[in-house]
Amino acid sequence: MSGETKTDFQIVNHSIPRRDGRVKVTGKAQYVADLRLIGMAYAKVLRSPLAHAKIISIDKSKAEAHPGVYCVVTGFDLDGLNPYFGHAVKDHPLLAIDKVRYAGEPVAAVVAIDERTAFEALEFIDVKYEELKGIFTPQEALAKDAPLLHEKKFEAGALRGFEGDVTAGQGTNICQTHKIQWGDVDKAFKEAAAVIEGDYYFPMTYAYAMEPYVAIADVTDQGVNVYSSAQHPFMVRHDLKNIFNLPVSKVRLIVPFVGGGYGSKSYTKVEPLVAACSWKAKRPVKLQLTVEEAMLTTRSDDAYTWMKTAVDKNGKIIARQAKIMMNTGAYAENSPLVVEKSTNRCVGPYAIANVLIENMSLYTNTVPASSYRGFGCAQVTLPGESQIDELATKIGRDPYEFRLQNAAKPGEEFFPGMRPFDGTLKQDLDTAAKAIGWGTPLAKGHGRTVAVSGSDAGAYPLTSTAVRVHADGSATIMTGSTELGQGSHTVLPQIAAEELGITYDKVNVISSDTAITPYDRSTGASRTTTLMGSAVQEACQEAIAQMVVMAADVLKVKKEEIQSVRGGVRCGEVELNWSQVISKFYALPDGEVIGRSYIRKSGKFAALPVFWEAAATGVELSVDEDTGKITMEKLATVGDVGLAINPALAEGQDIGAATMGMGIGLFEELVYEGSQLMNGSILDYRLPRFSDLPKQVELHLVQNRDGVGPYGAKGGGEASLNSMAANIANAVDKAVGVRIRQAPLTPERVWRALKEKNK
Amino acid sequence: MNLQFTLNGKPWSVDCEPADTLAEVLRNQLNLNGTKVSCEVQVCGACTVLVDNLPVSACTYLAYEARGKNLLTVEGLEKADGTLHPIQQAFIDDFAFQCGYCTPGMIMAAKSLLDENPNPSREEIIHHMDGNICRCTGYVPIVAAIQRAAGMIAKEKKQ
Repeated sequence: MSGETKTDFQIVNHSIPRRDGRVKVTGKAQYVADLRLIGMAYAKVLRSPLAHAKIISIDKSKAEAHPGVYCVVTGFDLDGLNPYFGHAVKDHPLLAIDKVRYAGEPVAAVVAIDERTAFEALEFIDVKYEELKGIFTPQEALAKDAPLLHEKKFEAGALRGFEGDVTAGQGTNICQTHKIQWGDVDKAFKEAAAVIEGDYYFPMTYAYAMEPYVAIADVTDQGVNVYSSAQHPFMVRHDLKNIFNLPVSKVRLIVPFVGGGYGSKSYTKVEPLVAACSWKAKRPVKLQLTVEEAMLTTRSDDAYTWMKTAVDKNGKIIARQAKIMMNTGAYAENSPLVVEKSTNRCVGPYAIANVLIENMSLYTNTVPASSYRGFGCAQVTLPGESQIDELATKIGRDPYEFRLQNAAKPGEEFFPGMRPFDGTLKQDLDTAAKAIGWGTPLAKGHGRTVAVSGSDAGAYPLTSTAVRVHADGSATIMTGSTELGQGSHTVLPQIAAEELGITYDKVNVISSDTAITPYDRSTGASRTTTLMGSAVQEACQEAIAQMVVMAADVLKVKKEEIQSVRGGVRCGEVELNWSQVISKFYALPDGEVIGRSYIRKSGKFAALPVFWEAAATGVELSVDEDTGKITMEKLATVGDVGLAINPALAEGQDIGAATMGMGIGLFEELVYEGSQLMNGSILDYRLPRFSDLPKQVELHLVQNRDGVGPYGAKGGGEASLNSMAANIANAVDKAVGVRIRQAPLTPERVWRALKEKNK
Repeated sequence: MNLQFTLNGKPWSVDCEPADTLAEVLRNQLNLNGTKVSCEVQVCGACTVLVDNLPVSACTYLAYEARGKNLLTVEGLEKADGTLHPIQQAFIDDFAFQCGYCTPGMIMAAKSLLDENPNPSREEIIHHMDGNICRCTGYVPIVAAIQRAAGMIAKEKKQ
């Protein structure tokens, strides 16, 4: 009934309206911010004004005496807990212990009858610090006389997700290193016909999920129950299990609708702190951060990259070398994995015979960095795709044709040891180029470029699910995949309805409750459609296999005589739909069949990455030479998604990602001055608005059914971000002849570059 | 202090503190959680509601300022028979949201535009909506939805 060859889709590959449409447009969709438990108290957090300091003492007596305050929790009050968490490296205390490592780090939490009372009591907490020298850049972190941020050794988190050994806490400020190498770059550079070399900087950015981090915890002798805005509830469960020393069965994470994630809600954030507050206050506690506090919780790693790329006389790229330093901030969070991924992503999607990439992330006294849409790919695609254009210009080639010549081909093993390339970059590039009018005349001051991204995506394949088919023929998907807005609650029922041969409106989704929904490792790395989609497909098929056996039992025939047809079974002249099979089996119009699926790194998911996430973007922009201001004239996205289960949702992911990438290319940047974050508010951090919309936008999908996911699907939603900063930098060079190797390309930076050029 | 206003077509009376914002009163006292709060500094537009048909940011608009006024929140758009307002329907039809956190404010801002200008150009939509941030959609489908809604409303009026 199903499989890679099926073509007559009834429900998948159609832009069916979102299942969460009505609740979201009527304001009835519930987010953690909207939830209240009976007897619930509220927490507010006191944050360190200093970037690096010893905590000498905390006097909380006045705050605890404040009317309406239940308790105040500090790092001195955590006896009985294992207060350090981190899935990669367990380096992060849930509240500062003995010292603070960045300005904005939580030092104490007040739990009170309402939020305002908790807030008022914060000022009565007296913390005495002894300030230490701070370090704020990777270069400072590596200096000989640099103070150590972390003095003790760390164990790896059990769910670390990266391949190398833990580097953190080994007597330096190095958080993690990673290196890949093949061929001989030195020899290749000597023999090269042309070489390009340069230093690039990709900024710290803030994801701005519009719902700031929020969680409600209720810790009792029954266990730890938490409602959270987390993307990966099972990962958070693991950290909480360790903190409270409980079996997995006694920790429950429930995630309702999430108000945006973009990677920033990956892994554990405020949950340990709010759980500790509940544990101390002996009642449910809610902690809702403000956006300013969210900006002090997680950002993306900024990256300093030196890169060198070479071609031979035929225009074939023969070597790439890079050294990257990433600024991971005060705690590791997911940065060890970001380091590994950004190392790999320096290569793709090009077939290069000689490669040497060395990467390191460093602890500094700044806001912890972690996942951000694209996982380190945007950081290295700025240098990577800039150098492709720089080289093309140097050897007098059209950059679009130069890309076509060197891009990985379908099925090519361009990255040793990894899955052969499963995208079609030629088609992606052709589509993007055509969409922005490649080759047509261009006005003065305009530049037009295309760029690609191909990243090792899908994270790790460990996903399980259950699909319950009910006696009335409807079905419920039990999934650990969180609905962040990406549309998993629409795509997954589309797959189930297609497989079971029932209508889409008969499928319901219960998601992200670790006590009820089977284990899913994460909702990130563009993996849900491919991995959870496959799990739902397999679970439906397993339910059908069970119902075939039931039908044989009911009809008193051999199982081999039962033929499965769309929505039911046939045996000779007799046809039964699922409702009839189940009702007859139980002899009551009641009961159910549970289809299951367990996906692991095996079979079609044995090779990593799960898929190569490929996309092309095309831009045309103009530059005002008097002010340096860039105007986006055209933007095209091309998602190479294998098969779009829901084309409108897939295109929506691409334009959303490209807009975030455009923001970084044009103006998004967290700015530190010394120890302080200078633009840590939405008043000061510039985000894309309606008025930044490119004048013309085209969205395209390439669907060659070349992925391992259901019906040949692959993931999307990150790759269109990755290439945008490089694309903008390249187009500015084409438009006005200045090469800027740093994002964002603010009017000031463009204007200064123009002034320098015209000297 | 006691406060009286008309909310979504019905008279209401609530007791609140002088410092309470309209968003706090709507969400915490009146159980109207459709109005979302994000930036809390009147920048993102997520908390947009209409006061006497004009859009305001409920995160900073003090509740007492609403006394005697006519308020409309996202909960007041759906008809009693369950029919969605054309803007709501258009947002579904055009996939004009993903996470949905900005959506109630976005819809209320769009309503204030279409009430005043039933047939806005793309530029007028962009200008009016510039105070509302969406981090998911890249705005493209929202512009399309507002254009579609304008068409739907015009068609309704003709009938």
